[in-house]
Amino acid sequence: MLDLLLQNAHLIWRGLSVTLETSAWVIAAASVSGLFTGLALLYGPLPLRLLIRVYVDTVRGIPLLVLIFSVFYGLPAMGMQISAFVAAVLALSVFGTAHVSEVVRGAVDSIPDGQTEAAKAIGLTFYKRLRYVIFPQALARAIPPWTNTAVELVKASSLLALVSIIDLLYSTEQIAARTREPLLFYGVAAILYFSINYSLSLVGARVEKRFRYSS
Amino acid sequence: MGLGLALLSLAIGCVIGILAAFARVYGGRPIKAVATAYTEFVRNIPLLLIIYFVFYGLGLIGLHLLNNIWSFVLALAIYSGAYLSEVFRAGMMSVPEGLIEAGKAIGLTPRKTMQFVTLPMTFRIVLPSLSNTFISLFKDTSLAAAISVPELTYGAMVINTNTWRILEVYTTVAIMYLITCYVLAGLLRLLEKKYAMVR
Repeated sequence: MLDLLLQNAHLIWRGLSVTLETSAWVIAAASVSGLFTGLALLYGPLPLRLLIRVYVDTVRGIPLLVLIFSVFYGLPAMGMQISAFVAAVLALSVFGTAHVSEVVRGAVDSIPDGQTEAAKAIGLTFYKRLRYVIFPQALARAIPPWTNTAVELVKASSLLALVSIIDLLYSTEQIAARTREPLLFYGVAAILYFSINYSLSLVGARVEKRFRYSS
Repeated sequence: MGLGLALLSLAIGCVIGILAAFARVYGGRPIKAVATAYTEFVRNIPLLLIIYFVFYGLGLIGLHLLNNIWSFVLALAIYSGAYLSEVFRAGMMSVPEGLIEAGKAIGLTPRKTMQFVTLPMTFRIVLPSLSNTFISLFKDTSLAAAISVPELTYGAMVINTNTWRILEVYTTVAIMYLITCYVLAGLLRLLEKKYAMVR
């Protein structure tokens, strides 16, 4: 059993690195664009706000798998040639952006109105209000749901196995089929996914502690 | 098909979730540790992995009674059980202490306090999070396509291979999911209005 594991370790490692790489790209992309769409949801002009609301609710209302299939098979059908990896990162980022923008909106919305009013009263401009009053407080509240979203995105990257991207799950599937040891190899994959996500949660909890204001 | 799968898995998941939540709130140390480990572990691994594990793995250790539909239901139940135990645990812990004490004061046995005070209150507190979980479970039934359970996404894949009309098919499927989710959300909101606690 240990032999089998060692023989296939390099394949598992290759799958793991693909999972880590896609997850890192997707989390970064979704966080940046989600921040902007979240802010647009809060402060944007009405038409933009409506547009983004429709986007967010649509993406959150359809299964991720359908989204992945539409990007992966749909864009080439429209004549756009993109690599499998780019399509994968794009589909997951579209999904992640919707979730992060809700996180941003929720965190800012949970800051009492009095804070904004007080900031206005002492004459801070819009940007200064965000920079010095709203963001520092919203950050601490955004981190726990943001960590959850990051964990969801790592888990979501496993769906890429269904469009033949050789991530951790797909390489495990191939090894399990070849060696006929599904329990062993799926168990290993489960432990690996767990370690990634649990350490993400731990880091999130630490960072949150660091930014929390005594309120 | 998708709805039926979600409903069945949710029912089983609810039972698992309530038991695990009980174990975590009222259980002794070892039981508590087991239930917490189950919840934390399952919540941190992908559903697709659990599906493969149940579908391909359990057959090997002699559980041949599961076909693809039942293995999917089992996998989704295990997955949702972990999320629901978290929901129920939060609900049980937020039943006001005073109510439980009041139950004791009028002479209810611990079991009756549980039956008539804690559990009904828990249900009413968790209803909103329960409906969120149910909607995301419904979306997760799309993963059943991975082991060829004939539900909506699988249907779309079959039509695609036959007709190659990818955009039309996925747009239609997306709209169908979207409408179902909104109808579900609306129905659950009605239920919440009727039963949820005003807090």
